[in-house]
Amino acid sequence: MKDESTDKGQHNTPMLDELEGGKWPSFVTGLKRLRDNQDAKYAPMMNDLLGQLEHSYEERLGFWKGGTVSVLGYGGGIIPRFSEVADKFPASKEFHTLRVMPPAGFHYSTDLLRQMCDIWEEHGSGLIAFHGQSGDIMFQGTTTEGTQKAFDALNEIGFDLGGAGPALRTAMSCVGHARCEQSCYDEVRAHRTMINAFLDEMHRPSLPYKFKFKFSGCGNDCVNAIHRADFAVIGTWRDDIKIDQEKVKEHVAEVGRKYTIDTVVSMCPTRAISLNDDDTLEIDNQSCVRCMHCINVMTKALSPGDDKGVSILIGGKRSLKVGDLMGTMIVPFMKLESDEDFEKLEEFGETVIEFFAENALEHERIGETIDRIGLPAFIEAVGVDPDPNMVNHPRTSSYVRTDDFDEEAEKWFARKAAEAQISAE
Amino acid sequence: MNTQAEKPRMPDEVGVPDPFPYMHPLMRSNYGNWAWHDRPRPGVLHHVSKSGDEIWTVRAGTQRQMDVFTIRKLCDIGDQFAEGHVRFTTRSNIEYMVSKEEMVAPLVAKLEGEGFPVGGTGASVSMISHTQGWLHCDIPGTDASGVVKSLMDVLYDEFVQEKMPNRVRITTSCCQINCGGQGDIAVNVQYTKPPRINHDLVANVCERPAVVARCPVAAIRPAMVNGKPSLEVDEKKCVACGACYPPCPPMQINGKEETRIAIWVGGKHSNARSKPTFHKLAVANLPNNPPHWPEVAAIVRKIVSTYKKDAKHWERMGEWIERIGWNRFFEKTGMAFTKHHLDTWTGARKTMNMSAHVHF
Repeated sequence: MKDESTDKGQHNTPMLDELEGGKWPSFVTGLKRLRDNQDAKYAPMMNDLLGQLEHSYEERLGFWKGGTVSVLGYGGGIIPRFSEVADKFPASKEFHTLRVMPPAGFHYSTDLLRQMCDIWEEHGSGLIAFHGQSGDIMFQGTTTEGTQKAFDALNEIGFDLGGAGPALRTAMSCVGHARCEQSCYDEVRAHRTMINAFLDEMHRPSLPYKFKFKFSGCGNDCVNAIHRADFAVIGTWRDDIKIDQEKVKEHVAEVGRKYTIDTVVSMCPTRAISLNDDDTLEIDNQSCVRCMHCINVMTKALSPGDDKGVSILIGGKRSLKVGDLMGTMIVPFMKLESDEDFEKLEEFGETVIEFFAENALEHERIGETIDRIGLPAFIEAVGVDPDPNMVNHPRTSSYVRTDDFDEEAEKWFARKAAEAQISAE
Repeated sequence: MNTQAEKPRMPDEVGVPDPFPYMHPLMRSNYGNWAWHDRPRPGVLHHVSKSGDEIWTVRAGTQRQMDVFTIRKLCDIGDQFAEGHVRFTTRSNIEYMVSKEEMVAPLVAKLEGEGFPVGGTGASVSMISHTQGWLHCDIPGTDASGVVKSLMDVLYDEFVQEKMPNRVRITTSCCQINCGGQGDIAVNVQYTKPPRINHDLVANVCERPAVVARCPVAAIRPAMVNGKPSLEVDEKKCVACGACYPPCPPMQINGKEETRIAIWVGGKHSNARSKPTFHKLAVANLPNNPPHWPEVAAIVRKIVSTYKKDAKHWERMGEWIERIGWNRFFEKTGMAFTKHHLDTWTGARKTMNMSAHVHF
């Protein structure tokens, strides 16, 4: 792209210009549109931002440093950025981001998006990311002064800052109930119930380290909760998969018997499915692990059962510092329908956050705390009974004291008897 | 009078906004009542409710880092060719919901005409998950926006069609913290040298005990250097992870040549078929080469095309590799297997083959 920039005092950006070609939408073209909107207050800032970014492309280094910027009443939610090369690029000397929580499930009206654009043109750079990896809308680029003004305006239209630092972080929930037949619980309600109950932990950071909730409606885990959340809520069901045998036959007729066997029967992780001679399906529901594969393939014929609820996995995180951890199954099943069910989820969330606040070391994620103290100590602390669904298999090491084994076994048998009583009633 | 005006505004602590006012009316009225879905064409979803209501969704790729003009253009399209309600996916694709099938084709045509690729559904390569990079991060080794743009230009055809064995989720991360997350393919910064320490600044900028505690291999210790309290790194122990850099910026981990890129494969979030998995190292030490990162793009393209040709329908990248074996994966993709592929971190033993099962 021909650049007449030097005439207007604009920085030359030969490397970034290269990213305006190709078929995928170009962020560079967008940045230049902001720079070229000469009437706008942000145009000089975006010119210098492009200059600094080009400088990074040349030097292969970043030139931002953090700092402390917040809005009145809150201690977190702003990502402060001060330029280390402000002598060369003074107009983008301060380029802070506001992390703002989106509506649960990322729903927007065009009207709402336009309001956000207007606010960010008035008080910021005009650059917005939908969304950051934690699920925030990221209003990228404003001065320290603009930070408060932009927040006030966004807050007036019903939006609030998300999390940053050692705090409860912004959560994510999948599209779920709003448009997905595989959804096993009301994700919007769970997401809003949990985060809105603990906002103090988000806005006034005082936890040992970050704490993330994520909500996926089924085992497909579209918001990546098991890997990425300290507290993952995953939809599941206890009764049988629902089968429409006529639709099964239609599916087999359409794609063929061999293809059905190869892509559905053979891919079942617990060998729980077989194809009958009349092209109907037989499912061994006690062996099924609710992985979602067959339901994903046969969207018309198969669906989750009626006795729905959630599983809760705790402790997912990335490398720092003991290595990657996925969430561990802590609550295999919890109903999540009535007001009482949601209260119970909230109480459990509170118990876990309190445990984390009191027991984690500084800069330790809860998965690491569990790793350090062992799962038995953790579940005892949060009031959960041991369950075979927590493990791939029982321990293989004999280095454990088992002198109270009989008492522990009694607890198991007592629980089983109580469960049998409840199901009999 | 003025006291009221001067009184600072305290936040209205509203928390997570209620999405229902913004949701498409059919999604609102059929909330929790959907029956099944299919995909009439790549980039289009069709959901049918138990009430018989139907809704069509058109999904299009965006650049994620959007200027207000792009967002307003997307809104104009939403008002003129859809029904004013959109949502975003976790991979920054925009979705338009419409209540009539006949609205789909003109909407698709308009989006494509305006340069927004329609796709990212089913067995496609969806938009690459995105971190901040040089544009805004304080510790970046590379520029995610640039890497993503370069890769999506190369993978464009796989976004707009559904011709992969299963979905392909690619992630990018600008440092080893890996904010981009797990992926079928992950393109991540990999540092190669210990931090270079500016001893003049450490005492004033860094909380030294916290930095010492942050090191996963206990390679950092307090020291007096040139008469100033600072930190020193045992370079034999250092694994160049970069964990000390965020709490102590004078311990610069990045360098023009030292910051490299590694590519990882076989991560999976979903529980479908196999349990979720972490991605595994495929190749390291690729150059961090803006603005197009051609060495990275070539390898990603090779992995994607090999998987496309070789995997069975519904096999994710990691499941395909598990079937054919790592031996064959390295052979087919033309990459080297080295001692660095043998894990040495916590839990490493569980990654070893403790059996007589061998792929030849």
